[in-house]
Amino acid sequence: MADLSITFAGIRSPNPFWLASAPPTNSGLQVNRAFEAGWGGAVWKTIGAPVLNVSNRYGAWHYGGLKMLAINNVELISDRPLEVNLREIREVKRNWPDRAVIVSAMVESKPEAWHDIIHRIQDTGADGIELNYGCPHGMSERGMGSAVGQVPEYCEQITRWVMEVAKIPVIVKLTPNISDIVMPARAAVAAGANAISLINTLNSIMGVDLDTLEISPNIGGKGGHGGYAGPAVKPIALNMLAALGRDAVVSGSRLPISGMGGISTWSDAAEFLLLGASSVQVCTAVMHYGFRIVEDLCDGLSNWMNEKGFAKISDVTGKSLHRVSDFNNFDLSFRAVARIDQQKCIRCNLCYVACTDTAHQCIDLIAKDGSVVQPYSYDIRASGKDEAIGSRPRVQVREEDCVGCRLCYNVCPVEDCIRMIEEPSGRAPITWKDISDAQREVTEDWEKMKQYREKMGIHIH
Amino acid sequence: MTETVQTNASSDALAELLPPLTRNEAAVESARCLMCYDAPCTQACPTHIDIPKFIKKIATRNLRGSARTILESNLLGATCARVCPVQELCEGACVLGKEHKPIAIGRLQRHAMDHAYDNGLVFFQPARSTGKKVAVIGAGPAGLSCAGELAKRGHSVTLFEKRNLAGGLSTYGIIRLREPVEVALAEVGMLSKLGIKIETGKELGTSLDLAQLQKVYDAVFLSVGLGVTTTLGIPGEEHIVDGLEYIEQSKMDVNNLAIGRSVIVIGAGNTAIDCATIAKRLGADQVIMVYRRSEKEMTAYAHEYDFIKREGVRLLFLTKPVRVHLRNGVVHGLDCQRVSLGPPDASGRPSPQPVTGSEFLIPADQIVKATGQEKPRLASLLNLKTNKGFIQVDRNFETSLPGVYAGGDCIRAQGAASTVMAVQDGKLAAGAIHERLVANG
Repeated sequence: MADLSITFAGIRSPNPFWLASAPPTNSGLQVNRAFEAGWGGAVWKTIGAPVLNVSNRYGAWHYGGLKMLAINNVELISDRPLEVNLREIREVKRNWPDRAVIVSAMVESKPEAWHDIIHRIQDTGADGIELNYGCPHGMSERGMGSAVGQVPEYCEQITRWVMEVAKIPVIVKLTPNISDIVMPARAAVAAGANAISLINTLNSIMGVDLDTLEISPNIGGKGGHGGYAGPAVKPIALNMLAALGRDAVVSGSRLPISGMGGISTWSDAAEFLLLGASSVQVCTAVMHYGFRIVEDLCDGLSNWMNEKGFAKISDVTGKSLHRVSDFNNFDLSFRAVARIDQQKCIRCNLCYVACTDTAHQCIDLIAKDGSVVQPYSYDIRASGKDEAIGSRPRVQVREEDCVGCRLCYNVCPVEDCIRMIEEPSGRAPITWKDISDAQREVTEDWEKMKQYREKMGIHIH
Repeated sequence: MTETVQTNASSDALAELLPPLTRNEAAVESARCLMCYDAPCTQACPTHIDIPKFIKKIATRNLRGSARTILESNLLGATCARVCPVQELCEGACVLGKEHKPIAIGRLQRHAMDHAYDNGLVFFQPARSTGKKVAVIGAGPAGLSCAGELAKRGHSVTLFEKRNLAGGLSTYGIIRLREPVEVALAEVGMLSKLGIKIETGKELGTSLDLAQLQKVYDAVFLSVGLGVTTTLGIPGEEHIVDGLEYIEQSKMDVNNLAIGRSVIVIGAGNTAIDCATIAKRLGADQVIMVYRRSEKEMTAYAHEYDFIKREGVRLLFLTKPVRVHLRNGVVHGLDCQRVSLGPPDASGRPSPQPVTGSEFLIPADQIVKATGQEKPRLASLLNLKTNKGFIQVDRNFETSLPGVYAGGDCIRAQGAASTVMAVQDGKLAAGAIHERLVANG
């Protein structure tokens, strides 16, 4: 059986699943319920400076009948009195000694303010501290949150203040609202932080109400950017996570990373682990379905690890990082073509229209007699299901013309119906970097490129 | 008239069977549509409504656009949404049908159509007048469709109808449980707004003369449907209730519709099923359908057959009526005979062969016949060429009389008669008539 327990920067947790610092960890009552459900840890909703909140604070993005592919919010850090939060943190930790209780903090950018909050948190018996440099709304307007995270020098300075008094592990949480995520991560490393977590939420406007022309959600006639999270942000988070793993300074520091951003399922979590996370944090999925989802997060991850022969989480962490690369290093001779399983195909023709209208025009409609036919070529005087099904052409890829763009694979609604088949191109592996290094003129002159293609037998469809 | 027992079944018993989809149901169902390209549902629809297009417009909450998409292909979209045998047409061809449930296309279409009619939306304006006049005889689905398409193109159309109300079978002949009268009449209202003149109480052969019409009108379209219910030729037939009249009264005057305690319906087509449904739902204790062939040969759609079995109606196959069994001049039952199936008859189906000595009585106090309608009598009256008794038309829906076109059930020598086929006939005929009138300047 796979061992899901982790020790993250010295913080022990029975599984790698933590609730992210957010509405689900707003109170002792909630964190108690979460731990009863089986969560390995919780990052308490950020405590610190005094705030007031507004109504209509959560917006959401729904698509194609699916709810909450993303959520956004303008909720600030905890609006409950500091003393209440600290008392509940102390109680929760006392009741749940085996769980990871981490407290997120954000105060004004003054050393004494940070020293004070760190002392108070440490007094509760909490296992760790997460520095919220990410909140993109409200707090940033007061010089906190992402206003800090977007300036590596500020990150470093404040982290140094924290490390002066910190006796428990300190995790620096990064904002994704920045052009290069590596910079603030290096600042955290330089300041001596014990760990990094990412991503916080992205700046976003959810929409406009087409009846009232108000911003949605509407807050008393106004609205604005809020923090965007949920399944839709997962690819962005994975990219930023991998960027840290590929940076020599950050990965060289060996600081553990807690990954988050759109994790809803065990397989999402496994991907974060494979790209370098040692623990993962979840928010939107529990805001959608409640704390109970942790059962499948653990069960599914454990089953997958068993199948793959991973004994413990640290065996998984970073396992796929070496495969992350740049276009420059991709093999230009690698070739794959789409192949449609005629048994599984339901003849929706979505691949056909995608390829014909927007890709490379290499899927044909083939009639019963083997001839290529055009769409909408049926007799308008014929009708009925038997006629429609019986006369429906099949879709077939002209593999010699297929560039392997993979669009058809992506639009196909049937699982495993279209597969990308690796086909030998007949050319030796070569990268753009190889060409740039050895034959720079090919990369700068279309005539030279033409000659190169002819020589290599590269046909551009 | 058979003496029957008036029951006090709820008047809601025949209320429309399927409730309208809620906005949320429509949103969920429309989101499920894959939006197939060159979709099989569209091909399977006789009027080739662009179904993925109208469904996606529901999903994007463009209900006005959705309704317009439907009506552009089928002016009787509200009726068809309710009465089409979707299992045999669009939904039967849905690519999701094999592994999942097909999209509820009919109910989504109704959702869009209800939006249009509930809000009184107007989609079409007649084109600039062509100065051409067309007479359409018979205001059923084929006639309405043809008249509407011609009016859209700027022709002056007069629609003659022998009954008091337009709509044909949609108004009089389709059980309320599938289509309420109001839906059919709303469609008539929508079409009359295109400037179609509707003259009711006018029948060809009595109050109308084809030769006269041809003098006044540039073209004539016959959409006269079929004749009366066929004669069984058995003793006591005058005591049998006509199925179409039974349905009509259930729609127009249900309070005075007499329903027996024990009802026999002769026939196993869709009309027979409607009659049995009425009897059962309006309080008959027992309803038995009697059919001289077997389950395999019955003309009712499979889903209708399933429906009637679930209604608790019994079906007796291979049973041929011999005579109405009277006692003191009152219907007491139906004497029947067992039959076996012999070689194919004119319809291509095995012919029923009576089994001697197999006579038996089915007790009943009401007998309804729904054994199909006679071929259109007008064909011979007007000296039109026929095909198997139906009016013969060419590819342009023109009859053997130049300038006289026909469509709908009266030409349905092949294929199943249905509302949606009639709508397509009317649409295609209108196109041909338009070509003719415009070509002739």
